[in-house]
Amino acid sequence: MATTTEAPSAPNADAATRAPVRGRRRFPVGAAALYTVAVLAALAWLTPLLWAFATSVKPEGETTAMPPAWLTSNLTWEAYALVLGGGGIVRWTVNSLITTVIVTALTLVLCVLAAYGFSRFDFRGRPWLFALVIGGILIPPQVLIVPQFVLMTQMGLVDTYWGIALPQVVAPVFVFVLKRFFDAIPRDYEDAARLDGAGPVRILWNVVLPLSRPVLTAVGIFTFIGAWNNFLWPFIVVNDPQMMTLPVGLGTVTGGYGIQYARDMASAVLGAFPLLIVFLLFQRHVVTGVAGAGIKG
Amino acid sequence: MTQRTHVPAPRTPPEAVPPAPRDLVDVRGGPPAWTGLWFVLPFLAFYVLFLLWPAVVGLGYTFTDRSLAGGPVSFVGVDNWRESLTDPALHASLWNTLWFTLLSVPLMVLLALGLALLTDHARRLGWFLRFSFFAPFVLPVTVMTLIWGWMYNPSLGLFNGTLGRFGIEGPEWLFSEDTAMFSVVIATAWWQVGFNYLLYLAAMRSIPGDVYEAAAIDGAGAWQRVGRITLPMLTRTTALITVLQLIGSLRVFEQIYLMTMGGPNFSTRTVIQYVYDSGFVGLRIGLASSMAYIFMALIIVASIAQFRLFTRKEEA
Repeated sequence: MATTTEAPSAPNADAATRAPVRGRRRFPVGAAALYTVAVLAALAWLTPLLWAFATSVKPEGETTAMPPAWLTSNLTWEAYALVLGGGGIVRWTVNSLITTVIVTALTLVLCVLAAYGFSRFDFRGRPWLFALVIGGILIPPQVLIVPQFVLMTQMGLVDTYWGIALPQVVAPVFVFVLKRFFDAIPRDYEDAARLDGAGPVRILWNVVLPLSRPVLTAVGIFTFIGAWNNFLWPFIVVNDPQMMTLPVGLGTVTGGYGIQYARDMASAVLGAFPLLIVFLLFQRHVVTGVAGAGIKG
Repeated sequence: MTQRTHVPAPRTPPEAVPPAPRDLVDVRGGPPAWTGLWFVLPFLAFYVLFLLWPAVVGLGYTFTDRSLAGGPVSFVGVDNWRESLTDPALHASLWNTLWFTLLSVPLMVLLALGLALLTDHARRLGWFLRFSFFAPFVLPVTVMTLIWGWMYNPSLGLFNGTLGRFGIEGPEWLFSEDTAMFSVVIATAWWQVGFNYLLYLAAMRSIPGDVYEAAAIDGAGAWQRVGRITLPMLTRTTALITVLQLIGSLRVFEQIYLMTMGGPNFSTRTVIQYVYDSGFVGLRIGLASSMAYIFMALIIVASIAQFRLFTRKEEA
């Protein structure tokens, strides 16, 4: 059912190849077993999330009952009221949203410009500048936490949104991915636009970018997920609980409640919520985005 | 005199001949050679300031006794390097990182392949399966560790509670040196396998359907089609996923730090945590930086080795 609604809206090449494959209904005996295994695997995968939710709606006194019960007869939203009433989680979500939007927007702008520059222009030093950027892919950002933190201290950016965001926007791998995509776009369109008198910026905006929507979506989504879920860097650059991002806040402050499992799980469910919604809304883009990145990468 | 007739001749009109093959661009004649640089410059500025400069500064730190607490800094030569290279705790954390990698890479490649095969065949459940298997990937690490820490709880958690129903006494999970690393690997696989899974799924979808139809006409059964067509055509994808997962696993830190703090008895402390402990807890920036550099060198060597293996496979 879900597959059939998806097929017509997928304008890419694999929609065509997918249809005949779906047509092979050859193994009626195996089908039952196959679907059973698939459903069991999916349920196993959902178990942690379901268990978190089941715990979060129990009264605190019932969470530690043994053997563990999946359902409670005293369903309550008390834990959620406590977590939301504490205020921290709302603030952290806002902080995460602000920093993630800054990171995603800056990453896209910087990487697109750089990739276009490397893809379409010759200039002095281009080969070795490009090699320099590509070499950066090899540097794991985690090993730079110490000097980066010192730099942030010197710039006065500790405990600020910019301090959280700026070191995350340098993503050489996306310059590489975008350049490869741009390289594959035929020049004819641009030549036509150029004859009409369009400059390089207009050509990028009006011709190249509209043709690059799949790769832009993929880069945008993965930058967003990565920045939203980044833990180590915000953990280091933020000390003020008011400035913490969601992952850091959940990790450092929630433990302070002591043993309150319903409350911890309510925090976890609320913390999972924003990106699960984003994923549900953009599922198809995420899937095709990975596909694009994977097949070319 | 001849000049006037002569000049246009060598210059072929732009319409007649396509612009220079690989070197592009501004056909409008005399393109300012700097245009491209303006596009590249903003990224380069950030790149230099936040990546290259810290990398250079960090290398400088390794030769000093600089402290995060401040105070006078003096040059100490290669003392930090000597101390790191001979530090048994660093060796132990390197081994923990490697052990985590050895356990997690095969698991997360094979699991991804299995789940993708299921999804690719159970088409009617497509949306539901994709959601189930990929959703954990979008969870913040702390959400994952909160949930798994709770399920792993030895006396009150879901796992041992359920095992207890059958009269089985469950392990201590995160609280025993024997099981902590395995527990972390399992939780990590659940959390991160979704990305590999989507890469596999995409690769399976790109195998043309008529290949399967031809095989079916020739009488190949479902298992044979998987073994003879799907798997061989996924070789390149498997190599890619293995490389990505290897580099990702070597960089492990966050989930282990949050679940075990590196314990029990440092049995799960990874290199990056040791760098963090030395720099931000022990405040010894110079020493921490030398460890970071040793680790970075190992990662780069591993990446290059993998890359060469990978490209050679492609040529073959």
